Amino acid sequence: MIAAQKAPASARRRLRLPLAGIIGAGIVAFWVLMAIIGPYIAPHDVGALIDNDLFGRMRWGLPLGSDYLGRDVLSRILVGTRYSIGVAAAATFLAILMGGTLGMLAAVSRSAVDMVLSRFFDMLISIPSKMSALVVIAALGSSIPVLIATVAVIYTPGAFRIWRALSVNVNALDFVEVARARGEGTAYLIREEILPNILGPVLTDFGLRFVFAILLLSSLSFLGLGIQPPNADWGSLVRENINGLADGALAVVMPSFAIATLTIGINLVIDNLPGRWSSTGER
Amino acid sequence: MAMLTLGFVSMAVFAGTEILPGDVAEAVLGQNATPEAVAGLRHALHLDYPAHIRYFLWLIGIFSGDAGRSLANNLPVTELIASRLPNSLMLASVTAVVSVPIALTLGISSAIWRGSFFDRAASFLTMSVVAMPEFLIATLAVIIFAVNLRWFPALSYAAGMVSINQFFNQFALPVFTLSCVLIALMMRMTRAAVIDTLRSPYIEMAVLKGARPIRLVLTHALPNAIGPIANAVALSLSYLLGGTVVVEIVFGYPGLARLLVDAVSNRDMPVVQACVMIVCSAYLFLVILADIAGVLSNPRLRYR
Amino acid sequence: MAPVVKVEGLRVTARDGRGQQNVIVNDVSFEVNSGEIIALIGESGSGKTTIALSLMGYARSGTRIAGGKVTFDRREILSLTQRELSSLRGRDIAYVPQSAAASFNPAKPLLKQVIESSQIHRVMAPAEARAKAVSLFRELGLPNPELLGTRFPHQVSGGQLQRLLAAMALVTDPKLIIFDEPTTALDVTTQIEVLRVFKKAIKERGRTAVYVSHDLAVVAQMADRIIVLRDGAIQEVNATQYILTAPKSDYTRTLLAAAEPQARAVTRQASGTAAASVIEVKNIVAGYGARDREGFPAVPILRDVSLAIRPGTTLGVIGESGSGKSTLARVIAGLLPAARGEVQLNGVALPKSAAARTRDQLRRIQIVFQMADTALNPARPIGRILGRPLEFYHGLRGARRARRVAELLEMVRLPATMAERYPGELSGGQKQRINLARALAAEPSLILCDEVTSALDTVVGAAILDLLVELQRELGIAYLFISHDLSTVKAICDEVMILYAGQIMEHGTRGALCQRPLHPYSELLISSVPELRQGWLEGISETVLKEASGGIVRRAGAACSFFERCSLRIPGRCDVEPTPLRRFSKGADIRCQRTETELIELAAQRDANEISGRPEISEPRDFGPGRGAQLIAW
Repeated sequence: MIAAQKAPASARRRLRLPLAGIIGAGIVAFWVLMAIIGPYIAPHDVGALIDNDLFGRMRWGLPLGSDYLGRDVLSRILVGTRYSIGVAAAATFLAILMGGTLGMLAAVSRSAVDMVLSRFFDMLISIPSKMSALVVIAALGSSIPVLIATVAVIYTPGAFRIWRALSVNVNALDFVEVARARGEGTAYLIREEILPNILGPVLTDFGLRFVFAILLLSSLSFLGLGIQPPNADWGSLVRENINGLADGALAVVMPSFAIATLTIGINLVIDNLPGRWSSTGER
Repeated sequence: MAMLTLGFVSMAVFAGTEILPGDVAEAVLGQNATPEAVAGLRHALHLDYPAHIRYFLWLIGIFSGDAGRSLANNLPVTELIASRLPNSLMLASVTAVVSVPIALTLGISSAIWRGSFFDRAASFLTMSVVAMPEFLIATLAVIIFAVNLRWFPALSYAAGMVSINQFFNQFALPVFTLSCVLIALMMRMTRAAVIDTLRSPYIEMAVLKGARPIRLVLTHALPNAIGPIANAVALSLSYLLGGTVVVEIVFGYPGLARLLVDAVSNRDMPVVQACVMIVCSAYLFLVILADIAGVLSNPRLRYR
Repeated sequence: MAPVVKVEGLRVTARDGRGQQNVIVNDVSFEVNSGEIIALIGESGSGKTTIALSLMGYARSGTRIAGGKVTFDRREILSLTQRELSSLRGRDIAYVPQSAAASFNPAKPLLKQVIESSQIHRVMAPAEARAKAVSLFRELGLPNPELLGTRFPHQVSGGQLQRLLAAMALVTDPKLIIFDEPTTALDVTTQIEVLRVFKKAIKERGRTAVYVSHDLAVVAQMADRIIVLRDGAIQEVNATQYILTAPKSDYTRTLLAAAEPQARAVTRQASGTAAASVIEVKNIVAGYGARDREGFPAVPILRDVSLAIRPGTTLGVIGESGSGKSTLARVIAGLLPAARGEVQLNGVALPKSAAARTRDQLRRIQIVFQMADTALNPARPIGRILGRPLEFYHGLRGARRARRVAELLEMVRLPATMAERYPGELSGGQKQRINLARALAAEPSLILCDEVTSALDTVVGAAILDLLVELQRELGIAYLFISHDLSTVKAICDEVMILYAGQIMEHGTRGALCQRPLHPYSELLISSVPELRQGWLEGISETVLKEASGGIVRRAGAACSFFERCSLRIPGRCDVEPTPLRRFSKGADIRCQRTETELIELAAQRDANEISGRPEISEPRDFGPGRGAQLIAW
């Protein structure tokens, strides 16, 4: 009888927590879908001047109004999704590939290799990220490959730190020792023993780092150092239309809204994952 | 260790500016410069020496307070920086004074009442702030406080400060924006650090000694969380020197970061190098302070 | 007179990973009378700690007190508010947890923590509390009672911390004290003294106590009455003497049987010295930290250890924490390269590090770890965990591999369907069987068993021991069996080696360990193991107590490590000269400056002393010349 009384309360509690997570996952899924199909469903050409009004209001055929040149805001956002998400995802992926691999290697090989790698990345991490991005972009000019490479390099030390810390924990467990005593090589240890056991936290870390990458990239675009015209990501859209800010033009509100929903969505997912997935992220 | 790191950073900075394509002398003198003039400038700038020698010349210069001359306007770099650094330091210290106490109080209180409505609300709010690019916060602040409410000027720079009132007006919006970001960051890290220590068995022991939640957090968890919290604060504050680019640009504030952005777009390498060195030193200094705080708060490290 | 505590129909539930509510304590009722020590005994999962905590109205996160009534001192605990509970905890009911090291706040000095509950409840002035704490320290036999309080937890040994916890509990003079496995994490020699001061402190004050433990022998010393628990339900409640001598429930009988392990080792082909050794370890020196010019590590763990194991036999290595027994296994397996010395496999010297050994050399030596939970990769199914060594060493693949996995599972008495399960779905005993099967998959000549039964309940552990013996008989594998538990080692090993601070103290056949002369440390170790009878604790001699209370002191060089604690030491010789490892006539090697006859005489004198009733050592003339010198040294 007591169990029967208890059941509904616990069921509600279980449902309530992940609800925020489900909403977050929905938002993220929506934007990822838009990144893939956005350019094909965009109602207008991104460059076409279709409205005589600048910062036009929303109306039939122009659901989100027009921008500072009279272009369709909806189409520009849909096409920009690909740049915002694509560049950030590519950069994060590269950062994790480099930082993660080296982090696991450092943890498994211990001693000298670990020392050298850890010291090296500790030093790299002391250079502020925006600053190094600015220097590199100023030097090499802004293009999509340069942006990806720069952001990737910036987030590599952080990825290294977290992957190493997680791997060191797993590496201390007896089953890794057993494999080592069996005579397994480093590659096997990383692939079979370490990686499957840190996958959860590591995916979480990917999410956090992805958010930072989006923020950094949109800030760069906002400063005019990111994606260059005629292409535009969400950050550039905000920059272009900043003059419409005072009137609350949709052209500046909607890209901002897009950035905020995506990053908040990812955070919602991460915050609501079960405990074993968690990792401590840093900016 | 910190000196070693700084040395490494200096090398990285130097190498980074070194691999930039293009010849500085040609860039400075423009396209129709005579070869003699270019060669002359190259010699004046020591560009005809091998890289490692130039590195040491530059390093000695930096330490003796002579960071060379700006390539853009031929002013001494030290002078340029001297005109901007106090502005940056002022902005940073005002923001730090405002945000650190608020962030710590909020972080600790939401750790005490974790799971409560207050904690959930604070969590969501700070998450949203962390998830938003700071240019959005800055522009929102402008819309609300400067354009709609007309409380403060949208641009903050005015030469020479006159009254307290004006001083307050100039700083209000940049400080507000930076504080939002910093408070959110620090509060989340503080909360996480305190909650992490709340999981220790000695906390359960304290509960079974009859300690109430406030006592648990303040006298049992907090002393053990000082290390991580100090690190979080150091990390966040270091952001105040290098990460304020966006805020400085939105509000037209003449700080170090804007000098850096301008220098970067002009390829004014001596200025870039000097700025980056200053920011990195400040970061390392903060990290060392945090480490000292961590050691002092941990008897295991204090009494070996 | 009303009982101090009355529990009626207590029911506690826990939420598992899938959010399901499971009943972990079901309909438990008992009473604790004033001045009584009652024990809750059971294996892991019996709900003993959960019940103890619910006496304080406390449920760990994830668990919930779902029903029943707990009356303490005429108050209904389960209906009190959090505030009322807080005012009760630490003042009227005190708790002594298992892990002393984790239960002290590392950032605060000890005295502050000891008197904290008196300050929270404002039962006395700070100065008064401090004075009381110091007098408690003195009573509990803690060194330097005046200054101890200013130290921090990491500066104090485990046994001392455990006694400090008792002081913490006693400072407010609570009506009820709950001890939750307070000596489980301690070495046997440390345990004696802690048990003694606990019992004295409770009995002298006439306090009521609840003592939670899994160890029947310990409980027999402490409790007036015993409650036997299993799966959250009471099996039997009775006075201690009846539980020990006339158990009513079958489960109690099983527990009693498992607590006194029978010797399992069957007589083997008594080949004696004829058969060549599988493994021979010669003068191993190993440790951590930088090495000096002679290759001696900065932190030596093993000092000059040698051993040999013949095929199909078992060598037991026994020692307290820090004795270097696990390091020995790691050196043999090549996980920690030795600084000096040699490991020979079938007469051939092995490279020091596993990375340099050939695959066949690696195959012949397998290792099984203590913690079954961490020794299996949780992300891989059992079939793959067992399949890997088959593939790695024997090149088996596909159907042949699957067939062999099924065979291995059958060898360790598990169903073949287990291959598809993941480690997380298995019980502790099953996991340990899988660990063993993985070692067997390599078809080794030697298995290094590092505390393989220590983390298991006694009944489950006993089954693993049986399995080890059967496998040895069938396959002729040799074991190096490492344990801190003398009775386990005695039950399974042909030869026993006693390590202390990285030195061999005694090494001989199992039989030799049962007869004198013994090394003074062996003597201490044997007399420290609690016996399953009441009154054992009171009967321990002062000599043993004195030796037991010392901590391990590591010394460099070849002098005796046990010097500080030894009651037979010869100052000026034992702590200076290299101690010889001599073969005694009973067939054992003993590392001691004392000769065989000296050791026999001294032991006889000690026994005579104890029988005469006064354990105090009073007159130097009762002893040999060495003994006199040693007494002066005190």
